[in-house]
Amino acid sequence: MSDRRAVGITEGRIEFPDVTDFADPLLVVKDLHTSFRTGRGTVHAVDGVSLSVDRGTTLGVVGESGSGKTVLARSIMGLLPVRDVIRSGTVEFTGHEMTTMAPAQLRQVWGAQMSMIFQDPMTALNPVVRIGNQITDSLRLHLEIDRKEANATAVELLRSVGIPSPEQRIRWYPFQLSGGMRQRVMIAIALACAPRLVLADEPTTGLDVSVQAQILDLLQAMQRERHMAVILVTHDLGVVAKRADEIAVMYAGRIVEKAPTRTLFAHTRMPYTRALMNSIPRLADPSGTRLHAIAGRPPDLIHPPEGCRFAPRCPYVQDKCRESDPPLRTAASSDHVFACWFPLVDGAPPPADGPVASVPGTSPS
Amino acid sequence: MPTEHKVHSPTLGGTMAGTVPGQTPPIVVATALGAPGSPDDILAKRPLGPLFWFALAWVAIVAISAIIANLLPLQAPNFQNYTAINASPSIHHLLGTDDLGRDLLSRIVFGARVSLVVGFAAVGIGLVIGGTLGLISGFKGGAFDIAFNAASFVILAFPAIVAVIAIVAFWGQTLTKITVIIGVGTIPIMFRVVRASSLSFANRDFVMAARTLGATSRRIIFREILPNVVPAAVSFGLITVAGVIVLEGSLAFLGLSVALPTPSWGNLIAEGTSNGNLQTNPYIMMWPALAMFLLLLSINLIGDRLRQRFDIREGLL
Repeated sequence: MSDRRAVGITEGRIEFPDVTDFADPLLVVKDLHTSFRTGRGTVHAVDGVSLSVDRGTTLGVVGESGSGKTVLARSIMGLLPVRDVIRSGTVEFTGHEMTTMAPAQLRQVWGAQMSMIFQDPMTALNPVVRIGNQITDSLRLHLEIDRKEANATAVELLRSVGIPSPEQRIRWYPFQLSGGMRQRVMIAIALACAPRLVLADEPTTGLDVSVQAQILDLLQAMQRERHMAVILVTHDLGVVAKRADEIAVMYAGRIVEKAPTRTLFAHTRMPYTRALMNSIPRLADPSGTRLHAIAGRPPDLIHPPEGCRFAPRCPYVQDKCRESDPPLRTAASSDHVFACWFPLVDGAPPPADGPVASVPGTSPS
Repeated sequence: MPTEHKVHSPTLGGTMAGTVPGQTPPIVVATALGAPGSPDDILAKRPLGPLFWFALAWVAIVAISAIIANLLPLQAPNFQNYTAINASPSIHHLLGTDDLGRDLLSRIVFGARVSLVVGFAAVGIGLVIGGTLGLISGFKGGAFDIAFNAASFVILAFPAIVAVIAIVAFWGQTLTKITVIIGVGTIPIMFRVVRASSLSFANRDFVMAARTLGATSRRIIFREILPNVVPAAVSFGLITVAGVIVLEGSLAFLGLSVALPTPSWGNLIAEGTSNGNLQTNPYIMMWPALAMFLLLLSINLIGDRLRQRFDIREGLL
């Protein structure tokens, strides 16, 4: 069985323009909805997300656990289970509509044009396959090169992601590598076929804090070298603060604020964004300072609350917030959008310490 | 047989500190780590133990002598030496002779052919067909899985020995037919074991990762899932080989194994207990029974040790 036949790319081949040949943006997502049918009801995991990514730029997607970040990334890829999923909206990649693609066409996009870096390098590498083979598999699949050439490329890739003695290590198994090393291998695999867009789904969550920065720096260096676009999904604003060109803050399946990084930090409008910023502990704080947690939990996505979804946890909540849902609107600069009835003003005092007393199940500190 | 534990830590964490992104790491890093050992070095961490090698040696002796039986200086298995009936072990007949003056060692060596062929070939049939169906069924799920699962339950619910006896009685008693019948009988067992294993890997992250790289389902099944399933399938397959060899013995006891006078271990044991042989010459029954006992023990032990050994990769992850 030749590899080429196994790929199933005999028909419906898609032509992708060269990276310099098409106009920005690289990826346009419009009004994307993804819901899962469960025993308890329909979970609206992604609820009307629109965004776009230009060539070679980084979009940070930030939010708590359960805010729909991972589902968003997988919806963009088209990597959703077949059963019990309802999806709508469009995902246009280099002008090609992804949501209507046949599986064989998607396989042409995956790996070669768009690839994903997973959260946990412990489970995302096949434990019983040598790392070299895991890299060469996709090389041989997409680039149609022979084993020898693929091996040489794999060695170069491992070297470029900072793995010492790659000639020997391509014969190693994942368990013989540390977590940081495995994530480097994951990056090498994801970048093997020079994709234009990489979705990194919390690429550093499973790693030691000391290794996190190295991995992010590596990703950024590879991005610059190859002029890739990156969607960096994380729950940590600190991670994207220095690395993203633009940040989208997600809450309960929606984008609640999106702006270029500098604008977002300088002119925060949405209280949730502010709360996320405040929840990053500061080394300068005196010892014994309470950590600023966001009180309460993200809402139930089967029965989302009326009005603003952040209202039950918002320190500035007003009656209007509980009654009607704020639409996304544009701030002072046109590339800054937010969804809030009573946006913060620049230089306003930070929200009162501790949660609001009305949040059930918590008490003010 | 190396038994020493190699102290080797595969952990390389922290050694990359100071690596400048986008540049190849300085050579110093590599030397500070020490040259990476060969992967086989690390795999040798958990020794298989001397018992494993004894077991393997016994299986090898049985298998090799069965294969080259024609070249061994043995009397023909069915040659009847009427001057040496029920002879005790001696230099002429290392294990003695039976009530018809046939050399017992020769009959055991030639009988091993039947037992081994039935054992391994039948399980081979079961593994190839049942295993392939199990891999696909566990990975795909859905209607395919439900149908094959139900079919396997139906077949398993039928008492195997009764089915085999009935089919052998009607169809015939040649080696090929017996192998095929037993082989088909092991398909649902192999299906269930492989399916369970396949199912446990089907939703792992590395399967999704392979998908994001553009792999087809077939590629994922055979390149990603199969290597993970092999250890369980092989060790379970070996245990089934032992079971099938016993099943051949049971058939022989009922006179339904390979037609006499062709020796098989089951036939030999059956002969040793008939015609009052057990009282007059217990060696006839004892030697093949001992050979079979040791072979089953060895196969089970090998299967078990192999499974333990292959488990470490998973264990260390």
